[in-house]
Amino acid sequence: MTHFLVNRLFQFCVTLAGVTVLTFLLMHLAPGDPVDTQAAMNPRISPEARENLKKFYGLDQPLPVQYFNWVGKFLTFNFGYSYTDGKSNSSKILERLPITVVINALSLLIIFLVSIPFGILGAARQNSFFDVSTTFLVFIGFAIPTFWLALLLMILFGVQLGWLPISGYQSFNAEGFDFWMRLRDWSAHLLMPVLVSAFGGLAGFSRYLRSEMLEVIRQDYVRTAFAKGLSEKMVLYKHAFRNALIPLVTILGLSVPGLIGGSVIFENIYAIPGIGQLFYQSVMQRDYPLIMGLTVIGAILTMAGNFLADIAVALVNPRIKVTEGSR
Amino acid sequence: MNTSLLDFRHAFFTNKPALAGLIIIFIIFFVGLFAPWVATDDPSRIDIKQILSPPGPAHWMGTDELGRDVYSRVIWASRVSINVGFVAVGISIAIGTLIGATAGFYGGQLDDAAMRLTDIMLSIPTFFLILASIAFLGPSLLNIMIIIGITSWMGVARLVRAQFLGARELDYIVAIRALGAGDSRIIFLHLLPNTLSPVYISAVLGIAGTILLESSLSFLGLGVQPPTPSWGNILMAGKDNIEIAWWLSFFPGVAILITVLGYNLLGEGLRNLLDPRLKR
Repeated sequence: MTHFLVNRLFQFCVTLAGVTVLTFLLMHLAPGDPVDTQAAMNPRISPEARENLKKFYGLDQPLPVQYFNWVGKFLTFNFGYSYTDGKSNSSKILERLPITVVINALSLLIIFLVSIPFGILGAARQNSFFDVSTTFLVFIGFAIPTFWLALLLMILFGVQLGWLPISGYQSFNAEGFDFWMRLRDWSAHLLMPVLVSAFGGLAGFSRYLRSEMLEVIRQDYVRTAFAKGLSEKMVLYKHAFRNALIPLVTILGLSVPGLIGGSVIFENIYAIPGIGQLFYQSVMQRDYPLIMGLTVIGAILTMAGNFLADIAVALVNPRIKVTEGSR
Repeated sequence: MNTSLLDFRHAFFTNKPALAGLIIIFIIFFVGLFAPWVATDDPSRIDIKQILSPPGPAHWMGTDELGRDVYSRVIWASRVSINVGFVAVGISIAIGTLIGATAGFYGGQLDDAAMRLTDIMLSIPTFFLILASIAFLGPSLLNIMIIIGITSWMGVARLVRAQFLGARELDYIVAIRALGAGDSRIIFLHLLPNTLSPVYISAVLGIAGTILLESSLSFLGLGVQPPTPSWGNILMAGKDNIEIAWWLSFFPGVAILITVLGYNLLGEGLRNLLDPRLKR
C-alpha cells in the first residue's frame, strides 16, 4: 500500500508538472498579451509606459525564467494580481472556491442517491417496463444540453410560477436573516443549480451501474446466494452491489472534470459567484494569470479526484494491486 | 458482397435504436443541405416591426430580439452543428489514431511519452482548456472546430493504442514484415483496418458530444458569433429575454436534443452490433 501510494503520488507530481508546462505554453504562444489588452483601453499609452507594464508583469524576461517564476509563486498560492482590477487572484479564488465545491458535492450526493436504486432495479428487472422506460429517459438525459434544461427550469419555476429565485445564491438582504431563514434562502437559491448540475451525471451513472450490475448478477456467487435462499434484496444490495460499486468509484473520480467544467455553465446562467463564473469572466477579459491559475487548480481538483478514487478502490478491493503501467 | 457484411446489414436494420438514430441523422442532414428551401424566410432579415413576437402562422417559432424568424434560423443553424461535429471529430480521430497507433506500435519510450501527454491532457478539465484556448485565439467557427478537435483526441488515442499493443508480434504481421513491408504499410494497410470498429463508435458518439459542446460555447458567447445562426447563440438570446420570450429558449434546445439523440442512438446501436463482448 505504501509503495502504491508513493508511486501514485510521484505520478501525480509528474502530471502536475506537465499540466503547468502545457498551460504556460498555451498562454504564451497565443497571440496578443495583457499589455495589448490594457493598451487597447488606453490608446494614448506611451511606449515607456508599455515597457513599464511589461516589466511590472515580468513579461520582459525570457520564457523559461517566466515559467519558473510563475511556478514558484504558484507553490506559495500566489497567483499574481489580476490584469483587470489589480486585486490579488488568490483571494478571489479562495472567496469563490467553497460555493463551487459545495454545489458540486451536493450534486454528487444527488447523483448517487438517485442513480444507485435506478441502476440496481434496472438491472434486476432487465427489459421490464421500469427498465425500458429508464433506459429511454437515460437516452433523453444524455442528449439534453444542461444549459437548456437550466433555462427551461428558470422559465417554469422562476418566471411562470415564481416559486424560486433565478439568480445568485442568497437574497440581497440575507445578511439580516437568522440561521434558519438563511438556510431556507440558500436552499431556494441553490435548488435549481444543484439539480441541473446533477442531471448531467445522473444519466451516465445509472446507465453505468446498470451494466455493471448486469455483469455481476450473472456470476456464480450471486446464483449461489440466491440458491441458498437469501432474499432478492439481500443478494442485490449486499452481495452484487458491493462489487458493482468498485468501478463506480473510479467513474466518480473521472466525473470531476465534467462537474468542474459544467460549473462554468450553470454558474453563468444562475449568476452564482463561484469558480466557474470567475473562470468565465477571466476568459472574457483575457486575464492571463487568473486563467492560468484556475486551469491548474481545475487540473489539481481533477487529479485529486482520480487519486482519491484510486485509493478508495485499492482499499475496497484487495484483489487489485495497482502497479506501474497497469492502467 | 460477403456474408459478414450481409449479416451486419441484417442486424443493423433489425436494431431499432440504431435505425431510428440513422433516420434522425438523415433528416437533419437533409434539413441542413436544403436549408434555403426548408426555411420560410431569410434567417438574417431584420424586421423591427416584429421584434420578439410569439409563435404564430407567420413565424412558426416566433421572432428574436431583432425580429428575425426563429424557425428559419434554427433550420440554418443545423449546418453549423453538422460542420462542427464532423470537422472537429475528424481532427480528433486523426490525431488520436496517429498518436495511439504510434505509441502502441513502437512501444517503449515513445509509448511512455505519448501516454504521459494523454494523462496530462485528461487532467485538465476539457471545458477549461477549450475556454482558455478560445480566450487567446478568439471565438470563430473555424477556431472552435480546431480547438475541440485538438482537445478531445485522448479517448481515441487510448483505444487505438490498446488495439495496437503487442500487434507487432502477431504471426501475420511478422510474415508481412518478412515479405518486406515497411512500418507505415503495416500500420495503415494491415493493422488500422482491424481496429476501426471501436473508432467508428467513438466517432459517432463524439459527434454528439461535439454538438453539445459547440452549443454550450455559443450559448456562452464564446462559440459561433452572431449574425451566423447557431442553436447555442439563439439560446443565448433566449437567456437574455427569458422573462418575455420563452420560444427563443425552447425551440433551439429541441433541435439540439433531437440531433444529439440521433447520434447517440446510432452510436449505442453500433456498439451493440460491433462489440463482441456485448454479444450474448
